[in-house]
Formats: sequence, structure tokens, C-alpha cells
Amino acid sequence: MTKVEKGVTFNRNPLLRSELPVWRPRFVLVCLLLGSLALVGRAAYLQGVHDQFLQAKGESRYARVLQVPATRGKISDRQGDVLAQSSPVKSVWAIPEDAKLDPSQTRQLAALLEMNVNELNQKLASGKDFVFLKRQVSPELADRVAALKLPGIHDQREYRRFYPGGEVMAHVLGFTGMDDKGQEGIELAFESQLAGKPGSRRVVKDRRGNVVEDVQSIRLPQDGREVLLSIDSKIQYLAHAALKQAMAEHKAKAGGVVVLDAKTGEVLAMANAPTYNPNNRGKLTGDQLRNRTLTDTYEPGSTMKPFTAAMALEKGKVTANTVINCAPGRMTIGSATISDAHPHGALSVAQVIQKSSNIGSAKMALAFPPETMWKMLDDLGFGAPLKLGFPGEVGGRLRPAKNWKPIEQATISYGHGISVSLMQMANAYQVFARDGDMVPLSLSRVDTPPVHGSRVFSPQTAREVRQMLEMVVQPGGTAQKANVPGYRVGGKTGTSMKLVGGRYASRYVASFVGIAPISDPRLIVAVMIDEPSNGKRYGGEVAAPIFAQVVGGSLRALGVPPDAPLKPLQVARDGSFVPVREAM
Amino acid sequence: MARLIGFLLMVVVASSLGVVASQHQARKLYSAVERETQRARQLEVEWGQLQLEQSTWAAHARVEKLAREKLVMRPPQSGQIVAIEERP
Repeated sequence: MTKVEKGVTFNRNPLLRSELPVWRPRFVLVCLLLGSLALVGRAAYLQGVHDQFLQAKGESRYARVLQVPATRGKISDRQGDVLAQSSPVKSVWAIPEDAKLDPSQTRQLAALLEMNVNELNQKLASGKDFVFLKRQVSPELADRVAALKLPGIHDQREYRRFYPGGEVMAHVLGFTGMDDKGQEGIELAFESQLAGKPGSRRVVKDRRGNVVEDVQSIRLPQDGREVLLSIDSKIQYLAHAALKQAMAEHKAKAGGVVVLDAKTGEVLAMANAPTYNPNNRGKLTGDQLRNRTLTDTYEPGSTMKPFTAAMALEKGKVTANTVINCAPGRMTIGSATISDAHPHGALSVAQVIQKSSNIGSAKMALAFPPETMWKMLDDLGFGAPLKLGFPGEVGGRLRPAKNWKPIEQATISYGHGISVSLMQMANAYQVFARDGDMVPLSLSRVDTPPVHGSRVFSPQTAREVRQMLEMVVQPGGTAQKANVPGYRVGGKTGTSMKLVGGRYASRYVASFVGIAPISDPRLIVAVMIDEPSNGKRYGGEVAAPIFAQVVGGSLRALGVPPDAPLKPLQVARDGSFVPVREAM
Repeated sequence: MARLIGFLLMVVVASSLGVVASQHQARKLYSAVERETQRARQLEVEWGQLQLEQSTWAAHARVEKLAREKLVMRPPQSGQIVAIEERP
């Protein structure tokens, strides 16, 4: 048995008996033990330490993070009619490297996309990794392209903005870029409200790509909010149509119309010419794009005079009947001479406004220190942007009073040497429409109008000037064409020469700013026509008829009862209405 | 002891079958929800398109053109307007 002690016997058969050294089986045993220990260790590592990574890897085989798109908010007018709306479209794109098309396939694709075959080949031959073949096509067309099952051709969902109002609303709304972000106008001004925030969520997908389980919502999508504008699309259309007609009639370079609600400070219309179609912006020039009513300034001319008169009345220097000597129609201040377009004799303050005398206005202004006048113009909102939030708003030019020379003070009193935007002018006329105070303007609908604004003039002064404004449209005034049948209206004409290269050239800006109805003003309408060049150039001839057209239509649209001679019929509540034709 | 183990085994099997069944049910319901959400979105899109269409058809410029040309209408002259007022 000595042999047994030396080794392990694995077989009792003496023939097979072999003698192994003791260390060999032990070595195998240890190897096996180490091997299984390594396995257990690895398993523990995978399960316990490295599990997160593996779980993520596993999940990625069936779990997907989906982008949940958000839609851009729509823009509506005050009645809730849609003015701008995003609608899904698709863009067709290609990976040129993968897109190996035979000629017949290329022809098919080109025909569907309405593209030139050469143009398509060029795009596919470009060395880029990614190329758009056609952007923003209808979803139906994209589906037909997808049905061709061409290699390397894909589509993606995008949104396109549609503007049913077209050129009528173009300058108010502005537009968005390819990426559905606002670039101009309201689209830019209200970007933060309109823009949606896309969300994302993690889902489990099955073999066929259907979503079978919602694991978690990482971020909820937030659709953009709707913006309700103060704009009344009917009044906007009236303003646009009247402006368009006048532009053609007077062969003018540009023009603008602003309509404000005097009770609430809302902007009801803001029309511009020349205009453009926001749905088709192929060839646009900066000239067409500008919203002149807010971003351009002009010298307002005589439409400033009512403020000068109001200041004189307010400080008690004159009454409406105080007589000012305007003869002989010329006046020398320092080295400069100012004159009236038509010489007048002695005029009352009311007549200075009615007949639009520069001399009368200058004489009233020169009775005050420059600071007083500057303070009033500043209170009226001149010289600083209105802060409507509209992109590109300008404040105009109003020099500090300490630099004013007497001649400057005289010319500013009748609207030269000061520049304003049309919106500022309309805004300032609130003081006459609202019994002397002003409320802030708003581009979005105001449901609870401010009762009190900031006071500039006393109600007494405002009413007196209102009467003078009404005289302007009556016989003897400069704007008889501003008359609106059925309503009492008032306003002031302006005709100013344009500064070209620092000198006044014989190019004109004709304007009219008015309020209606006089008995209880509801509307403020400001009209400006830049360079009328078909013979007529005075505000009373060019701008006043537009005012009349817009005011007449707007007051009827708003249901404002007539306050002029057309005597209203009294109708009993029970509806027993007998129509009687009124005498004309 | 053996009977208890057998019983527990059956319970375990039954409950795991239940898990499978309810998971399946949940997925089916979820895909139904998913379909409906898709449909809701699609309807929303369609509603938007219809609103757009309505706005386009009802554009004031178009209405005026049709009224003037097709219906031969025109704005009333001042003498043709009768203002009525409700007597309180």
C-alpha cells in the first residue's frame, strides 16, 4: 500500500492503475474552483455594479424617446377670426450618398416635386451629407413620394404658417421663417407667447414599431398660446382698401392708415402701402416690408397745430375767439421768414386751426417758453417710442428745449423741425378724443379698458379744440372732403415738404388726423400719403377722402349711432316698426 | 410540507400568468389610447385647416368683390340710410 500513499487510485483495475502525483488532481480542483469563482464574480459585477449600463443598453433595443411636437399658437383678430395659423407640411430631403436612383426614378421624383430633372440631379450630386430637395410640400405629396420607396429619400414633418388675410394684414402680422419662428411684426413681438415648446417622452416599441407602452413623459409639449389682437379685420380691410385706391389715384410712393379706439386705446387697424403677400414671399424688398405707421417718421406739418392751440387755451393766454393778426401772410423771425400757403388777415384762434395758418400758430407758440412747449410735446408721447412691443418702433425727433431757437419753436408749432410716426400722431390725438387724457395703446385686445389715463389738458380745453377740429371739415375749412354723412367728424389736415439731403424739396407728405363722432368720440383715424404725385398734394385733397371712407365704414361696422342731422327714428320696443324714408 | 410547497407553486404560477395577462391588457389599452390621441391631433390639424379655409373664403376682399360683381350690390347713399333707435 505504499503505492497508494504515493498517489491516488482512480481505477481498481490493476491494468489501468496509474500513478499520479498528488498535486495534479488538487491543481485541477483549484482551477475549477477559481474558474467558477471568476464566473460568480463576473455575474455579481454585471448584476450589481454594471447593471445600469446594461439596462440602458437593453432598453435601447425597444425603448425610444419620441419628440412630441408643439404647434405655434394662432393669431386671431378681436372677433376671434383666424389671421395666422400653422399647419403641418412635409419637407423632402435626401442623403445623396444613399440616393442611387436610375434615370426613370429621377424623372418620377422630379415630376412629383415639380422640379427640373437637372436641378434634382445637381442636388443629388452635391457632396453634402444631407440636402433638402423641396421644403414645405403638402403632406399628400410627401406621402406619394414616400410611396415610391426610393433609397436615400426621406421626409420630415414641419409646420408652415398660413395667412388667410394676405396683403391686408401683412404689416400687422409680419411672418415667420422656415423654422416657424417669428421674424417680423406681431409674429416677432409676441414670439414668447406664440412659440410652443416641444416635449419628449420615453416609450416601448414592439417589433413592428408600434408604441406599446408609455414609460415616462420626460417633458410635456406646450402648445403656443393664441394671441387675440386688438385689430378688427373689417376695419383693417376698409383702411387697406381705401389706402390702396388712394395710392393708385395719386400715384403715391407710400402711405399708411391707423385707426384707434378712443375709448380703450386699442389699435383697430394699421394699414400700409406698398404691401406684400405673406404667403408668397418670393421677391420682397425692404420697402414693401416696412410697417411705416410705426417704423417711419415724417414731419407732421399742420396736424401739430391743434396742440399748439390747446396749449395756449390751457394756459389761459387765449380763448377760442381771441383774434390774432396773421397779415400779411409773412413773418420774419431772426434771419428766417415763415409764410402761410394762402395769406390771411386777422383770424380768431378757431380760424387759425380751421384755415391752417402757420403765422397764427407761430404767434401762439412764441408766447410760451420753449420748456413749456417741450413738456407738452413730451407728455403727448412725441420724441420717444410708444413701447407697443412692435419690432422697429421709432420715437421720432424732438430736440431738447434748451437748444431751441425762436425760429425752431415757431416751426415746431406747425409741425416742422419735429418728426413723428403716424402711430404717435394718432396716439396724441387721444387728448382731443378723450377729454384731455391719454391711455396707453395696445395691440392685443383690451377687455377691461382703463378708466383714467394720464391727463395732459383739461376737459374744457379738449372740448374747445374738438369744436375747432369740426370746423375744419365744415365750409371754410381745409378738409371739407373729410365729411362723413350721418356723423359729425373733425380733424386737421397736414401738408409738409420733405427733407431731401437736408433741404426741403418739392416733394410732399399729405396727412389727415381726425376723430369721430364729435359728440362722443369713438375713433381716431390718422392717414398719411407719402409723395402724392398726380397733381394733388394737400392733405385736404389727398388724405381727407381716405379718412371719410374709413370712418364711415368703421362707424357703421361698430354700430355707432349717427349723431349728425339724419334724424334717428324712434322705434318702440315691441318692434312695431314702420319704415319711413327720411328726407335727404 | 410538500403539499404546502405544491400549493404555493400553483399560486405563483397563477399570479405570474395574471401579470402576463394584465400586462397584455395594459398594452392593448395603451395602444388604443395612442390611436385616439393621434386621431385627436389629426382632428385638431384638420380643424385648423378648416378655420384657415373659412378665413380664406370669408376674406373681406373676396366678399366685397363678389357682392359688387356677382350680386351687383353697392354701399347705400346717405339718403338711403334709415337710422333706427330703440325707445327705452
